[in-house]
Amino acid sequence: MPSNPILEVSDLACERGEHRLFEGLNFAISSGELIRVQGENGKGKTTLLRTLCGFVQPAQGSVRWEGRDIHDWDDLFHSQMCYLGHANAIKDELSALENLQIGAGLAGIEVSEAVALEALRRMGLRRKEHLPVRVLSQGQRRRVALSRLLVGQAKLWILDEPLTALDVGAVELMQELIGEHLSKGGMAIFTTHQPLQVTGVQTRHLVLA
Amino acid sequence: MNRLSLIDLLLLVIRRDLLLAMRRRADVLTTLIFFVMVVSLFPLGVGPEADMLRKMAGGVLWVAALLASMLSLPRMFSADHLDGTLEQIMLAPQSLTVMVLGKIVAHWMLSGLPLVLIAPVLGLQFDMSPAAIWTLMLALLLGTPVLSMIGAVGAALTLGLRGGGVLVSLLVLPLTIPVLIFGAGAVEAVNSGIDAVSNLALLGAFLLFALVFTPFVAAQALRISME
Repeated sequence: MPSNPILEVSDLACERGEHRLFEGLNFAISSGELIRVQGENGKGKTTLLRTLCGFVQPAQGSVRWEGRDIHDWDDLFHSQMCYLGHANAIKDELSALENLQIGAGLAGIEVSEAVALEALRRMGLRRKEHLPVRVLSQGQRRRVALSRLLVGQAKLWILDEPLTALDVGAVELMQELIGEHLSKGGMAIFTTHQPLQVTGVQTRHLVLA
Repeated sequence: MNRLSLIDLLLLVIRRDLLLAMRRRADVLTTLIFFVMVVSLFPLGVGPEADMLRKMAGGVLWVAALLASMLSLPRMFSADHLDGTLEQIMLAPQSLTVMVLGKIVAHWMLSGLPLVLIAPVLGLQFDMSPAAIWTLMLALLLGTPVLSMIGAVGAALTLGLRGGGVLVSLLVLPLTIPVLIFGAGAVEAVNSGIDAVSNLALLGAFLLFALVFTPFVAAQALRISME
């Protein structure tokens, strides 16, 4: 266990229907750490991440943030985390800029146009900011979704297959962003089937068997 | 970066849903066209006898409004559910109840308010008196938000279920019967020369009751559906 753990998972078990996906899971993560969740398809990686977010009630065990169960924190826990799931959570009818500003607004954060434009440009979407998302490629849509990470102030990033549809350049950018986030005291838990190496950071591996 | 107040959040959700609806107008027009078509078919079907049309006007318009509002209910949360936006909304460190209220208000503005505004024109087909038309508009103004609110609970409960569109109608339609009875009753009262205030007052009471409870209940139903 790391020193000063912020997120602690104790004796966690999750089920889907009658089927137990995993049990007896224990780990903790604190500032500056990166955990990669691995496992074959259907082993419960996404369920684990959704449980860490509070979407899924565990069959057994607990998830604690700064010593308190995440369900007791209510909104305070969610203000300190950012989750990116399989779906991009963007609207085809809106532009990349509108998606980012409105998405941040729904998360309770007012983001100025300048900040949103800067985030989109950092994600390699220069000159695409005002286009409807429906005309963008899958990779570009994923970049719009990932730009949410740049405008929030979440300590904990929970990323479910963040590299899906990204090209080599975008994967390198993602590695850089995770590195920056960790160096600022953030932490991240992610799943991916692609190689991802963050420079200067020891990635811990959590294997769901 | 500033935190949004609850009012700002409510307005943001309404503005967002209206903006999305304006960029895919077909969804909005479907409800309105269905309402106009159903109401317009009745005079053609039952004949031009003015007395009979006047008597049935309130009931026909209310039943059509009820069915039209059912059309758009399954979409209230499902689009956000499919593209992952609903997950983000539920993770937001803000009141989910307020966000659901925003979605209900937007749904009413897109599916209920147009019916209120077009009702007088359709009322003319039924030879309704000006007093009956005003009462109908007032009753729809009070009643259609209740349809959206009760519908939100049904839509949230059936989110992600196979055949959710049919299920939501089966769940919601019985609960909206009181609104239908008192809404159509208000128009009937005016036609019979009786004061419609009691019917309208009851619709107002339904509206307040639904306003207090349904956003919270729908928010809880969403949490259950998302597990």
